Amino acid sequence: MAERRTFKDTDMQQVLGWVLRIGVSLSMLVVCMGGVLYLYRHGHATVSYQKFTGIPHFVHSASGIWNGIFAGRGRAIIQAGIILLIATPVIRVVFSAVGFVIEKDWLYTGISLLVLLVIIISALTGHGG
Amino acid sequence: MSVFVFTLIVLAGSYLAGLLGSLTGLGGGVVIIPLLTVLLNVDIHYAIGASLVSVIATSSGSAAAYVKEGITNIRIGMFLEIATTIGAFFGAMLALHLQTSFIAILFGVILIFSAFMSLKKKDTQVNQQKSQWAEKLKLNGTYPDNGQTVTYGVRKVGGGFAMMAFAGLISGLLGIGSGSLKVVAMDSIMRIPFKVSTTTSNFMIGVTAAASAVVYLQRGYINPEISMPVVVGVLLGALTGSKILVHTSSSQWLRWVFAIVVTFLAVQMIYNGIHQKV
Repeated sequence: MAERRTFKDTDMQQVLGWVLRIGVSLSMLVVCMGGVLYLYRHGHATVSYQKFTGIPHFVHSASGIWNGIFAGRGRAIIQAGIILLIATPVIRVVFSAVGFVIEKDWLYTGISLLVLLVIIISALTGHGG
Repeated sequence: MSVFVFTLIVLAGSYLAGLLGSLTGLGGGVVIIPLLTVLLNVDIHYAIGASLVSVIATSSGSAAAYVKEGITNIRIGMFLEIATTIGAFFGAMLALHLQTSFIAILFGVILIFSAFMSLKKKDTQVNQQKSQWAEKLKLNGTYPDNGQTVTYGVRKVGGGFAMMAFAGLISGLLGIGSGSLKVVAMDSIMRIPFKVSTTTSNFMIGVTAAASAVVYLQRGYINPEISMPVVVGVLLGALTGSKILVHTSSSQWLRWVFAIVVTFLAVQMIYNGIHQKV
């Protein structure tokens, strides 16, 4: 943009809109790719989800998913897409925090960081309880 | 049932759920969970996990459009997200310890409440009264409406904050967006204009859901095989819903039909819960 102007709420709205749109589109693409692969390989297997048994190790741990992606395992790719989807609103909060820093709105920079902190604590303590 | 048939049924059901959820404003999550548990015998923990993921997809997708139009109040959203994320974290932790039959009954009750709320007439008056706290937190704002700028004030910040924490708790516990509870907090308590409250609620749902989803992920509630058709179906359904322009008269009719269907499903879930069949 040629003219100099200050960063305003309306600019932040545009940026946040794009972050959400890209995050959702990208994660859906990954989920669909994994889904096609999974159906191609296991489409005729029999399923029953009547009893809760957790999920297989290779889609449960970060290392399992990482290795699964390179091994071309459909379910690991789906799970990676889902994690990307869950990360999308969190990334949106990070962008809001940066936006408020640029606006020099320290109160809302603090509020954004507080929300991030709650999510990080949830992620770190989620296995306990 | 083979993987292929299961995926197709869930995909079709989720599409319908997303479409109806978007047309009536109830959200897809409330239909997905009864569909999976009552009709397909899926364990409620897997159903909650899959529903929560689809909630993130639809709310982020529609929030992207609204936030660009400048209707969403980012500050109200960020401030209330403190309450919803804390609530969601405790809700997800609580879900691990509560009996599934209790979760099913609670789900049924919230479902009936949401259906009832969707039938309520919306208050169109804009509040100009500004509370001291709203002033300090810079919550008062404006939004574009038919080319004009409408100014509005926010009141009862504390009450709204507490109600939001409860909405977050329910969202984390049941894997739904709990949009109807958020609307209670913002419309009835804080007197935020309807247009702003719905879009801001949508904006917040993704972050709220993410806080409990990180707990669900580690607990193995989010099963990729079940979540895949749910998230794709609900999102496509919601996209279709947003493209269809519904006349007010037929939208009221649609809400009634949907409310009856949802109530039927809710009663089924309460019944199953009481008889320990979940």
